[in-house]
Amino acid sequence: MTDTIATSPVMYPRRKRKLRGSTIATYAFLIMCALFFAVPLYVIIVTSFKTMTQISEGEIFSLPREWTVEPWFKAWNTLCTGLECNGIKSGFFNSIQILIPSIAISLILSSITGYALALWNVRWANGFLFVLFMCAFVPFQIIMIPLIILMSRTGFYGSYLAVAIVHAILAMPLLTLIFRNFYKDIPQELMSAAMMDSGSFLRVFVEIILPMSGNIMVVVLILVITSVWNDYLVGLTFAGFSAQPMTLILANAVITSRGEVIYNVDMAAALLTAIPPLVVYFGLGRFFVQGITAGAIKG
Amino acid sequence: MPNIQFNQIVKQYGAVKVLENLNLAVGEGEFLVLLGPSGCGKTTLLNLLAGLLEVTSGQITIGDRDVTDLDPKDRGLAMVFQSYALYPTKTVRGNLKFGLVAQKLDRAEIDQRIDWVARLLRIEQLLDRKPSQLSGGQRQRVAIGRALVKKVGVFLFDEPLSNLDAKLRTEMRLEIKKLHAELKQTVVYVTHDQIEAMTMATRIAVMDRGVIQQIGTPDEVYESPANIFVAKFIGSPPMNMLEVTLSVSGDKVTGQHVPTATAIDLSGYHFAQRPESGMAASVGLRPEHFTTGVDAAGGQAAVFNLPLLYTEKTGADATAFMAAKDELMAARIEPALVGRLQIGQPVTMGFPSDKLNVFDARTGRRM
Repeated sequence: MTDTIATSPVMYPRRKRKLRGSTIATYAFLIMCALFFAVPLYVIIVTSFKTMTQISEGEIFSLPREWTVEPWFKAWNTLCTGLECNGIKSGFFNSIQILIPSIAISLILSSITGYALALWNVRWANGFLFVLFMCAFVPFQIIMIPLIILMSRTGFYGSYLAVAIVHAILAMPLLTLIFRNFYKDIPQELMSAAMMDSGSFLRVFVEIILPMSGNIMVVVLILVITSVWNDYLVGLTFAGFSAQPMTLILANAVITSRGEVIYNVDMAAALLTAIPPLVVYFGLGRFFVQGITAGAIKG
Repeated sequence: MPNIQFNQIVKQYGAVKVLENLNLAVGEGEFLVLLGPSGCGKTTLLNLLAGLLEVTSGQITIGDRDVTDLDPKDRGLAMVFQSYALYPTKTVRGNLKFGLVAQKLDRAEIDQRIDWVARLLRIEQLLDRKPSQLSGGQRQRVAIGRALVKKVGVFLFDEPLSNLDAKLRTEMRLEIKKLHAELKQTVVYVTHDQIEAMTMATRIAVMDRGVIQQIGTPDEVYESPANIFVAKFIGSPPMNMLEVTLSVSGDKVTGQHVPTATAIDLSGYHFAQRPESGMAASVGLRPEHFTTGVDAAGGQAAVFNLPLLYTEKTGADATAFMAAKDELMAARIEPALVGRLQIGQPVTMGFPSDKLNVFDARTGRRM
């Protein structure tokens, strides 16, 4: 499961074929899809490197006449949200402080629950699983108000931890199902051996099961990072004024109803906000694919 | 080394009864093999003993302790699994150590035991490898080692050799036998392989459909099977079964086999149950007891003259298959004879009267 040896795919010589109508149509469709995402991204990237003078001329597709990184510095250091002009960096650090506890809580909670449901004789396990499954479909908006009340009663409201806990709660059904399905594929005899050797719930988890879950941990890690980092609504409703994540700061800066719109700075700020999940994805993407297929090619 | 007792064991899955009122005693230091076809409940029985499954009712004792409700780790036994079930992320040493650390032994004792087991099983140079870097035979050794280091009195094996190739299997069979002779633990060994059972066991319990059909030494089970199931299950090729009708006149008992028009003289057989005329019975003839090519001299219970269908040669052995109307009859013959026999030609075979097995056709029990 973990020690799968990466074998290089067999290279078959590619047959030369004439382009047929259906192939051309497929390519045309794929190119259109790619453009659909690539064109706005292109516009954002070039705009962030243009000077305001060039931007005011229109022509959003043209390359910068004069490349400048000043908008990026402005976005990071001095972007204004309302009255404060501290740049987007405060949001970045807020997001980090939300992200870390929510990763910790999500991973610990859902991996242990998944492990218990998959490998231990839990009474009503199937019923519990069904409830979890249903919970995965409950929209956040429905439980938002009760959660806010809960958080303010317990005194967490408006803190990083509040946002992190809410993220962990919302992610738990799905993540638990993912872990549970992964652990379900662990051979029964391995678990039996562990039961005869130790029989301790936590010891078996930490020493035997956890070291086998590297791939699935990466999958879940990526899911958590992307959803927490890109979230707006939870941050908006639970962060109060002091714990606002990056997305919130960005929105406050960009959506202004008065004054001049500084497009290049806004674009740079948007890109800065979008970069961290991308970095994570490119860094761990290899493991992500491995993790998804890990169940299928167990050795 | 403790003995093991199963008292009135019932195991139910919903409405399906897998084991019903099963009683079994395993003596101290005994090597008991649970033998049976798949689905006969032998692995269930082993898992009940291990504590991996719970009994529906009944009692299991190991030594003088009632272990029925104890956790697996508290029962004082160790188990070797079919798939070896080594911890993939731990080294061999880590695998051996895990169970010992859980027992809270001190470090010196742990190291000493690992050294002892590594030397015993000749896996010293593998201690720092991961299971994925080991061959099948080596993994098997480590799995046995993981059970041995715990130094418990009872060993459970769940078809441990079925994933090995034929040569390794023979080697490991000997090795396990040697270990048992040396360490004298009580062993319960589950297999569907009769050769393993015959070669290793001190006693065999043959199971079918959740019931122990016969329990006895390998010789007892082989020589005098308690019923038709055991007779057919043990032995390869299996025992030939002829449906006969008995006729009794004075001391003389004969069984008339209609398809081959042969009368089998059963007078030499020690009936435990009084034979009666007109009774339907099955006469079991082991293939290796046939004698070939001789004229029907004394001491023969029957002489068959049947057309040869085909022959099989397996090195030291050869088997001739003959047609008894719609049935096959197998007889072991001298390999040198194979060349002289012709397919389709009748072969004359005698069967000695002291090797007969007779079963009541109605109950399937030995008469």
